[in-house]
Amino acid sequence: MKKMILSIATAPLLAAATLLVVLPQTGFTAGGGAALEHFSPVRTDRALQRGARTFANYCQGCHTAEYQRYSRLATDIGISEEDMSKNMIFTTDAEGAATKVGSLMTNNMSADYAKKAFGVVPPNLALVSRSRGVDWLYTYMKSFYLDESRPLGANNTVYPNVGMPHVLADLQGWTKPVYHDDGEGHSVLDGFQQVTAGTLSPEEYDSTITDLVSFLDYLGDPNREARHSLGIKVMLFLSLFLVLAIFLKKEYWKDIPHN
Amino acid sequence: MAADNVASNGGSAPAVDQKRRRLLTTGVGVVGAAGAVALGIPFISSMSPSARAKAAGAPVEVDISKLEPGQRVIVEWRGKPVWVVRRTDELLASLETVKGELRDIESDDSEQPEYAKNVHRSIKPEVLIMVGICTHLGCSPTYRPDVAAADLGADWQGGFFCPCHGSKFDISGRVYKGVPAPTNLTVPPHQYLTETRIRVGSDGGQA
Amino acid sequence: MSKVSDTMAWIDERIPLTATWNKHVGQYYAPKNFNFWYYFGSLALLVLVIQIVTGIFLTMNYKPDGDLAFKSVEYIMRDVNWGWLIRYMHSTGASMFFVVVYLHMMRGIMYGSYKKPRELLWIFGMLIYLVLMAEAFMGYLLPWGQMSYWGAQVIISLFGAIPWVGDAITLWLRGDYVVSDATLNRFFALHVIAMPLVLVGLVFVHIIALHEVGSNNPDGNDIKKVKGADGKPLDGIPFHPYYTVKDLVGVTVFLIIFFAIVFFAPEMGGYFLEHANYIPADPLKTPEHIAPVWYFTPYYAILRAMPDKLLGVMAMFAAIAVLFFLPWLDRNPVRSIRYRSAAYKAILAAFVIAFIILGYYGMQPVTPMGTIISRLCALIYFGFFVALFFISKNEKTKPVPERVTY
Repeated sequence: MKKMILSIATAPLLAAATLLVVLPQTGFTAGGGAALEHFSPVRTDRALQRGARTFANYCQGCHTAEYQRYSRLATDIGISEEDMSKNMIFTTDAEGAATKVGSLMTNNMSADYAKKAFGVVPPNLALVSRSRGVDWLYTYMKSFYLDESRPLGANNTVYPNVGMPHVLADLQGWTKPVYHDDGEGHSVLDGFQQVTAGTLSPEEYDSTITDLVSFLDYLGDPNREARHSLGIKVMLFLSLFLVLAIFLKKEYWKDIPHN
Repeated sequence: MAADNVASNGGSAPAVDQKRRRLLTTGVGVVGAAGAVALGIPFISSMSPSARAKAAGAPVEVDISKLEPGQRVIVEWRGKPVWVVRRTDELLASLETVKGELRDIESDDSEQPEYAKNVHRSIKPEVLIMVGICTHLGCSPTYRPDVAAADLGADWQGGFFCPCHGSKFDISGRVYKGVPAPTNLTVPPHQYLTETRIRVGSDGGQA
Repeated sequence: MSKVSDTMAWIDERIPLTATWNKHVGQYYAPKNFNFWYYFGSLALLVLVIQIVTGIFLTMNYKPDGDLAFKSVEYIMRDVNWGWLIRYMHSTGASMFFVVVYLHMMRGIMYGSYKKPRELLWIFGMLIYLVLMAEAFMGYLLPWGQMSYWGAQVIISLFGAIPWVGDAITLWLRGDYVVSDATLNRFFALHVIAMPLVLVGLVFVHIIALHEVGSNNPDGNDIKKVKGADGKPLDGIPFHPYYTVKDLVGVTVFLIIFFAIVFFAPEMGGYFLEHANYIPADPLKTPEHIAPVWYFTPYYAILRAMPDKLLGVMAMFAAIAVLFFLPWLDRNPVRSIRYRSAAYKAILAAFVIAFIILGYYGMQPVTPMGTIISRLCALIYFGFFVALFFISKNEKTKPVPERVTY
């Protein structure tokens, strides 16, 4: 009996853990076919604050994160709404007043202008971690290279001929991809070679991208941690209820004679 | 009853421990009901104002530097009309003369921040900030500063009149006796950011 | 007399409350040997309730408008209090509905629950399955993501294969030249009102039909044939309390799995909520790889396996339609798989395996190998019904016991 209860109590937790860990992933909308580096988001307040700053300074000029509110972001990454307004909101509304902290994370670039400048409207990034996956984003942000044949001087091994310029080039500097031939006529990417230095060392750039992609992961699924912690309580409650239900069933079924 | 049915089926059912059975049934019932209530909470709370509604209901700022004595402007806060009135000395004087006809003279039963619980129901005597929703059934009263108006009687000292059900309020939003509205009009939390800029909807925690 | 029984008597004089309770619950005699497979009927009812309740609350904030739909879903997910929970329960519920219904149908097939006198019961069940597929398909358009959009585009285009009137029908279904706001709006109307009404009606009739003839059991014998002195079946037990407490255990286990998905893996790795559906619908750009949600993929694989458009569409609809005829294709009076021949067990096993493999290939991008395997499995799928028709005629079965095995 004890064994039964123990197995009942652990089963749902095991089930939850299994779902989290070994679930096969179906195809993200990947592109390019380059191998992706595995990325585990760092969802600490400090990392998300740094990622949010990078996002506001470098990404939000062209991209929006509509659906997400600044006020919610402030609460979730542990800064005050005043600090949020002062340090992260650079946009204005139609009348020229500073965007309110309760607003969605939009930007000041008109869709028409964007279309002219880049050929496409830069996508809303609020859900990009869910459509592309964090592995793709992490690898993508580290795969820009110098390519003078492109209109904006940059290309990407993960997303060949991408319309986006290398916005973080002053941080990373410029690199060139290094290939080798696999003997069957296919060239395989070995890695990147630094051509010109940026203001950050490769390690520092890595950690900037880690924070940025962690932030994008947050944007795609802002309440994941709250969901997990509530989920554990629900699992425990249901396990308790299951034990009671099994006892009740066994008690009643004592009535039923075997043939 | 259930046990009888089965016993009659010819099986040799063991004696039933009714106490244990009742205990387990109660346990399952109580825990199950607790779970059902807990599951109900998210559904009920999903109908409360969302983050968007709350953001839209954020405090609003109003500039009164161009507001003439006797004039009123209306700003929208949480979708409701909020009146900003600059009262004339004549209107302010009426606050004493109408006293005898009011229901809640000291605003004891009415809603206002502590700093507006006075005879003029405001921070600065001449500037009135008030939610323009009748405490009766939610219509918006009209602004009637015209003393002795023809339709309101010779003793009308100026104030607010609700056209829906005839409630009358003085120029501080205090309700008259003998009308359907139960309490004085509500004063929203507000504060002066500068001499002429007022924030409606938040008072920075003072109250 | 107590206050309670007075009140009951007062009500019973006016509506048959006690009588109805007794007929369908209190004195509904179900065989006592129900096993694991018999949980899924009550679970299907539970999921129906979950879907209706969460659906009502989603409708309070969802906007069926081409410009607003996608945004309103994210509004629910982020701005509405607990909106994420309600939405994840609904999206998880959709997939779990099919998990439960497929297992429920499997039970019916294994224990011959479609055979005389339960043919209509089976047909009502099949109608529920059909309406459920329509309901799920229309609901999937509502988030207005890329998969929603292009999935609807592809499925509606299937009707274009019908000779002569195909194009006119697809145009009429969409209400526009492509899937558009008009399509979204009508799918919304059908998803939230029309289909649920039909579904609830069919479920009602399904249960009435069941309670008229009585439940089958894993032995496939008739418990009403062996009655005690009191006229009650010897192997039957009242549904309440015995099966209510038993189903409560099943419900709890189900809820543990259900909420584990809701809280820990609501996307289920992209099977329940597809990644591409986090991109708003774009009528000018098809995602690189589109596949229907997993519960449609076996039929989708059959569709793709056929080299001809019309043939594919016909095969796909035939794959569903043939199930309606199961009560007459299986000519053996023995119900339960326990007492049937090895040949029957073999073809049923092949059928199930083929169905699962088809489901897998329906999710994969087209490959030459995949197409060959899909064709083979489609052949096995239809072959099962043909083989069944002939095998069941003169099948060597084991004797079915009088009493149930318990």
